[in-house]
Amino acid sequence: MLKISNLHVSINNKEIIKGLNLEVKAGEVHAIMGPNGTGKSTLASVIAGREIYEITSGTIFYKGKDIQTMSIEERASEGIFLGFQYPVEIPGVSMTNFMKTAVNEQRKYRGQDPLNSTDFLALMEEKKKLVEIQSNLTNRSVNEGFSGGEKKKNEIFQMAMLDPALAILDETDSGLDIDALRVVANGVVKLRRPDNAFIIITHYQRLLDYIVPDFVHVLFEGRIVKSGRKELAMELEERGYEWLKNGNF
Amino acid sequence: MDKEPNDIINEVTQGDYKYGFYTDIEMEMAPRGLTEDTIRYISAKKNEPEFLLQWRLKAYHKWLEMTEPTWANIHYPPIGYQSIFYYAAPKQRKELESIDQVDPELVKTFEKLGISLEEQKRLTGVAVDAVIDSVSVKTTFSDTLAKLGIIFCSFSEAVLHHPDLIRQYMGMSVPYDDNFFATLNSAVFSDGSFCYIPKGVRCPIELSTYFRINAANTGQFERTLIIADEGSYVSYMEGCTAPRRDENQLHAAVVEIITMKDAEVKYSTVQNWYPGDKQGKGGVYNFVTKRGICKGNNSKISWTQVETGSAITWKYPSVVLMGDNTIGEFYSVAVTNNYQQADTGSKMIHLGKNTKSTIISKGISAGFSNNSYRGLVRMGKKADNSRNYSQCDSLLLGDKCGAHTFPYLKVENKNSIVEHEATTSKISEDQLFYCNQRGIWNEGAIGLIVNGYAKDVLNKLPMEFAVEAQKLLSISLEGSVG
Ligand SMILES: Nc1ncnc2c1ncn2[C@@H]1O[C@H](COP(=O)(O)OP(=O)(O)OP(=O)(O)O)[C@@H](O)[C@H]1O
Ligand SMILES: [Mg+2]
Repeated sequence: MLKISNLHVSINNKEIIKGLNLEVKAGEVHAIMGPNGTGKSTLASVIAGREIYEITSGTIFYKGKDIQTMSIEERASEGIFLGFQYPVEIPGVSMTNFMKTAVNEQRKYRGQDPLNSTDFLALMEEKKKLVEIQSNLTNRSVNEGFSGGEKKKNEIFQMAMLDPALAILDETDSGLDIDALRVVANGVVKLRRPDNAFIIITHYQRLLDYIVPDFVHVLFEGRIVKSGRKELAMELEERGYEWLKNGNF
Repeated sequence: MDKEPNDIINEVTQGDYKYGFYTDIEMEMAPRGLTEDTIRYISAKKNEPEFLLQWRLKAYHKWLEMTEPTWANIHYPPIGYQSIFYYAAPKQRKELESIDQVDPELVKTFEKLGISLEEQKRLTGVAVDAVIDSVSVKTTFSDTLAKLGIIFCSFSEAVLHHPDLIRQYMGMSVPYDDNFFATLNSAVFSDGSFCYIPKGVRCPIELSTYFRINAANTGQFERTLIIADEGSYVSYMEGCTAPRRDENQLHAAVVEIITMKDAEVKYSTVQNWYPGDKQGKGGVYNFVTKRGICKGNNSKISWTQVETGSAITWKYPSVVLMGDNTIGEFYSVAVTNNYQQADTGSKMIHLGKNTKSTIISKGISAGFSNNSYRGLVRMGKKADNSRNYSQCDSLLLGDKCGAHTFPYLKVENKNSIVEHEATTSKISEDQLFYCNQRGIWNEGAIGLIVNGYAKDVLNKLPMEFAVEAQKLLSISLEGSVG
């Protein structure tokens, strides 16, 4: 589904990703861990197509297509979803209106008719139940005045609504209480299918207790320095990242 | 006499009368320019009573002594007041032969707004064969109103059938010598709307100039007078969301509202005159004077406006809070794109006790445009316990446009409270990326963000107007980012 080869990315002439390789196949869950400031969010943004980052060399192929030929909206409509580390507030725009616009623009891209209000509201109800999100969030303006945890739950709700092929969740578990963590994790577990894939960026092993990843990667100074199975996450939790530095791998 | 279609288009799109009219029409026109004779001619053509002719002449002589105001933050070449035709019989309005002769950009916009072909023709001045539906709509409409004693007709009809009301109230809110443009209007006004709601009557329908097809083509020097007698209520809508082309470049309208004790008037406008092309050529200059007087105690006047059109907008809908416990409101969204210029805002003049006013102004600028808010809040000596709250927000799309705020305060009463808040923001790259990432393209994203920003004002519009206005905001800003 996704194949990244020897990727180099810069912002303002500062190289942040320095030769990264990653392959994600349908049905897989990959966890990416690593210290602050090593380029995890940068990687997520680059896959989504954010223009402030410059790919200086290397390639990203998504569903067999060079991703650099696709706009942000095309990538989204082709099934790439990014759960933001810092979701953005859009004052005055209701969640319903926002999601309806998103769903229908994606449908239009795929040549489908737009959902009418009745069908759309039914879809919303169904997904709200699935991810256990309350109406008092979906009745409000997009992320406006949401608490940190509420914003993260709202990202999961949007993911459920858009039903992506490749979901990248950037620290969606940070700042969550135990219940919210379970909501977020269950959302992923329920949406997991053989034909979709997840990249989960996290600092904590606890999320991976709920969502068992197929692979765990350590991103360090712009490269994946170690990959393993779920046991690697536990090892990282115990030992930190120090042992991976100084060429210990 | 026959003209090539191309000539007609040129004439229409170039926005002046350079080629003149057909000869048989010239009979129905006053000559170019403004003299005392022009005014006598207009008044005679309309069979006006003597008092109105005198009123016009008084205004004309005053106008000759006045100079065009220059304080607004707008720039335009000098207006040739002596090269304008001040009277042309409405039925002789030049007509296009088919919709194909209309600016295709305009037609595209109509389609996006879902406006029927017949309606499109009417709005662009294409000859319409039969408007059977509209006629029948109009009749049922008038019947309902007549039963309640509501008078709703063109200004000219009111002059003929209700001269006493005109004499009593005309000029009460906007005196003949109020300002350069209002005074010009007072001298030469062509037609407009008149509305009287009798004591204790709640007008059950939104009154809309849109229905009054007969008086629809009176754009240039329009004059409207609305009187709400004791305890009455009316919601009045002016304009429509469809862009309206007009061969007259200068517009100077006057709207007056008077509310008696316990009465309420809600006045909503969607102004979408032709703004000129993308380079800023053509487009209407709109110099409007709108003012209401809350004359009786406990009365209320609200102005809600969505301004997206015109090359130049100069407009300050105001309320004089004369009675005690009166309320004045102004809710505005003003969009400027390309080379449009808007200098708009409100004046709230508190004279009575316990009076309250609210100003919510949302400016949106894009392209190379310039958007200014100008507002005056005055607390008179006797306006004890009065309050004003003003909030003026500006949203910038791009970095070639300008937003400015000019709030003026005059407080002569120590027991009154005036609050003012102002913000300037940009559509952030983060917000656009967030929308794009959900599959929403820039056009849709800007539409969403802008409508969210303007929500507090759009919510004040009558329902069906609000839905159209939302679409209109998005369309006005198409192509302004990315
Ligand atoms: N717009 C920017 N301008 C300059 N530097 C940037 C920009 N965005 C990111 N960086 C830098 O790139 C590096 C990687 O940032 P990134 O957000 O990808 O880290 P991260 O791995 O997600 O960290 P965290 O775990 O704290 O979220 C950091 O040093 C950061 O300061
Ligand atoms: Mg990060």
